[in-house]
This record gives sequence, structure tokens and C-alpha cells, in this order.
Amino acid sequence: MSINPNLADILFEPVPGYLVGREKVREFAAAVGALEPHHHDVDIARSRGYLDVVAPPTFPIVIQEKTLHQLLNHPDVGIDFTRVVHGDQKFEYSRPVVAGDELIATLRVVKVQSLGGHSMVTTESVMTTPEGEHVVTATSTLVVRADEDHS
Amino acid sequence: MRAWDNSAIGDEVVEGSISLTREHLVRYAGASGDFNPIHYRDDVAKKVGLDGVLAHGMLTMGHAMSPVLSWLGADGYVVSYQVRFTKPVYVPLDAPVVLYSVATLTEVDAGSGRATLSLRVTLEGGHTVLGKVLVVVASR
Repeated sequence: MSINPNLADILFEPVPGYLVGREKVREFAAAVGALEPHHHDVDIARSRGYLDVVAPPTFPIVIQEKTLHQLLNHPDVGIDFTRVVHGDQKFEYSRPVVAGDELIATLRVVKVQSLGGHSMVTTESVMTTPEGEHVVTATSTLVVRADEDHS
Repeated sequence: MRAWDNSAIGDEVVEGSISLTREHLVRYAGASGDFNPIHYRDDVAKKVGLDGVLAHGMLTMGHAMSPVLSWLGADGYVVSYQVRFTKPVYVPLDAPVVLYSVATLTEVDAGSGRATLSLRVTLEGGHTVLGKVLVVVASR
């Protein structure tokens, strides 16, 4: 399966603001083994100078996923969800994410490549506060594995 | 005092391991919202050419960081974290898979107050599942 190469440089509309919830941070932290108390305990987080519980470094994938759905559901893309394998992932922070943050994520397709029947699409999701302060950028390369019929 | 103040370049500063089971995959699916069936249905995974149910790459990426977060504590934070997913982590129905993570200090930038760690993330038997794993940390 090949991905439409014309997707490169498409800038999608920002997804609706994502409000980082305290319980979601705790649930996510538990699911990735982030057991330090400032990920779970508000008083401890505040005593360490954070406004609320601190999200683990990979938490923004939750928000990035919403932007990636824009891509996967784009009528001109044609990606079979079950053939998608994660290739690379990167998070670059201006500051840690804490519960109570509202993050606005905007997706851009950086690069589309084909390699031996597989397709690779690299996207960047920039997340800012409603005031425009940059918080984190998540960059992903997704590999769409070839269909047996076409490999 | 920063976590890396008493370490030298090349030191293994922290390591950890986790025994992953299907329960971890279900928990992560719910927490992350990633409900791709290849992470809970062997039949769907096999239909697309995989050996069976595999862990979400992001679950592996998250757990690989767990020992680093303990080492770093609340006074430091992660500036960047990047990985390449090099090998699927298959999680059988009836037996756990042990994931190991070892962090080596590779760079300290006195000017910016930042440190870089390289992580070796492997399964029992030494197979690398994440490549090019770099973590940049800073003190707050």
C-alpha cells in the first residue's frame, strides 16, 4: 500500500484543545511505570514547584494520536490502521506538561517515503497553550507495512 | 544537586526491568486510547503478518524511561526523548516478557545545565527492541 506523496507539507487544522486531566495523568503514569510521587500526588507535585501532577514524558502521545487520526481518516490517504507500525518517536519539550494544561495540537506532514512496498510517513504535532506558548512537539514516523498481495 | 553530578561520562547511571504481560497492554490501551486490535487480538495480528499480539511501541518507550524518571526525581525534567522501534515486543498469552533498560551518561553540557543519556533497551536474551534511544534532561 502506498501513501499519497502529495501529503507532504500539508498542515492540518488544530484539533480541539485537550485539557490534561489529573486522573488521566495518574492513569497514564501507572500504565508506563512512572511511579515517582510527583506524577500522582498533587501536594508533593506542588511542594516541588509544579502547579499540579506532572505528566510522564510520553504522555503527549495521547494528544498526538488525535492529530494522527486526522491523517489516518483523511480521504486521500488510504491507510489500513492494522498495517501501521510505529517507526520512530520523539518528544521535545519547552517545559513539562502538568494537569490543568490546555494544549492545542497542530499536525503537519513532514515527509512521505516509500521503501520496498512499505510506506513511511513522518509527522510533527506541535502543542501550545491557548496563548501560543510552546510546550512540546511530538514527531512520529509511521510505517505502513505492505499488503501481501503487493509486496 | 543534580542527578548526574557524581557521575562521569560513560557511567551506567541507572537500570531497571519490567515483566510485561497482556494485562499491561490492556491497561496501556485504556490509558492511552490506542485500541489498535494488534495489541489484544492474536487473530488480527496474525492476519496482518505478525507473530501475534505485540506491545504498543509507546508502552515500551514509556516503561524504558521508568528507571530514568526515578533517577531524575522531581527536581529535573526531560527536555527530549527519542527512540527508534527496531523489533516488535511480542507478549504471549501465558508468559511475561522481561524488558530491560540501562541508561548511560553520554554528555554533560555545563553551559546549558543539561545532560544526555543513551538507553539500551533489550529483552531477555539481549535482543534490542529500541534503537537510537536518547534522553536529554535538565535541572529545573
